[in-house]
Amino acid sequence: MKGIEIKKVTKRYREVTALDNVSISFELGKIYGLLGRNGAGKSTLINIVSNRIFADSGEILIDGIPAKENMAVHDKLFCMSETDLYDKDLKVIEHFKWTKRFYADFELEKALALSEKYKLDTNKRFRALSKGYQSIFKLIIALSLAAPYVIFDEPVLGLDANHRELFYSLLLKEFESGERTFIIATHLIEEVSNIIEEVVLIDKGKVLLKDSVENLLENGYGVSGAKAAVESFCKGKNVIGFEELGGLKIAYIIGKKAALPKDGSLQISAINLQKLFVKMTGEEF
Amino acid sequence: MNISQSAEKPIFIQIAEQLEDNIFTGVFPEETQIPSMNEISALLGVNPHTVLKGMNLLTDEKIIYKKRGLGMYVSTGAVEKIRRKRQSRFYEQYIAALIEEATKLKMTKEDIIELLERGYKNEGHRD
Repeated sequence: MKGIEIKKVTKRYREVTALDNVSISFELGKIYGLLGRNGAGKSTLINIVSNRIFADSGEILIDGIPAKENMAVHDKLFCMSETDLYDKDLKVIEHFKWTKRFYADFELEKALALSEKYKLDTNKRFRALSKGYQSIFKLIIALSLAAPYVIFDEPVLGLDANHRELFYSLLLKEFESGERTFIIATHLIEEVSNIIEEVVLIDKGKVLLKDSVENLLENGYGVSGAKAAVESFCKGKNVIGFEELGGLKIAYIIGKKAALPKDGSLQISAINLQKLFVKMTGEEF
Repeated sequence: MNISQSAEKPIFIQIAEQLEDNIFTGVFPEETQIPSMNEISALLGVNPHTVLKGMNLLTDEKIIYKKRGLGMYVSTGAVEKIRRKRQSRFYEQYIAALIEEATKLKMTKEDIIELLERGYKNEGHRD
């Protein structure tokens, strides 16, 4: 099977269970959003998939091949990670050349062209780059690799709005062929909501949901109006959260949209991905 | 073209409607090529599969068609087709909504007819 399969993966750090028997798969040809609150287990999952740490139990298959310390899958997957594993004293251009040695699919020409686009000075040492440009540097490496599976862990950290837009459009351009899979782990949910096709939501070491963005948005909605009217409308429905402002009540509901009462006493509103996420993973206030 | 995040309409429907609008107003004339899935995807920052889904709605209605190896083209008669479709939706989309809002505001049928006549006069249309 083409894709990344994660089978019954568990990872514990002392008494903390970072991943609890997680099974999930990522198909080839889709852009995924990997969402979760701080400490939910996203980075642990990414690090296991990319062979940086090992699971206590369970296995990862890439295109059906076991991924653990296996050179046969090395060129299939690349992970742009949030933490800096790069030698800080090396120049950008030298980093590019080293990457080329480790990854046959790395296109140096493309990296140089992208550096120009982003105005990244390739003669600077990594340590001399600003926070934003360190991110840009890592993005350029990820975008210049023709690997079928690329994971972006917090790709736009420290990037200004122009550079973020540039990244998203470059990402879509790379995706054009459709023969690749991108997994984007991010907290900037609304920014990626149009780009990603499916959402994987991790909470407390477990997969809380995996669904298409379209389904999620279609099946989630808000209803607002007078408190009593909203409460009677909500009966028997899956309410994931609500807010109150004086006599006004807003309820967030998952499920098929039901017809509103004809008298216009209630209003229906769309719910965005971020709201849905916050309501599903939040504590009651 | 642009996408509204807060709108209740799914993105693929917004894309279909905006392409349709551009065909209707002659931005993309009949028998000419419309932008490709990838071009629209990059322009709007939207997943190409979502764009394709929107384009498929127009293909199903035979407003656009695929020229093999060339791309998507506007069908002959597309503008007339869109006009007929929109006319048949006019009642539901505007008249029913108008009556609902007017009832909420306690406006009578006579009030509405008077407003309609004033509107036609002000906008310089003859009925």
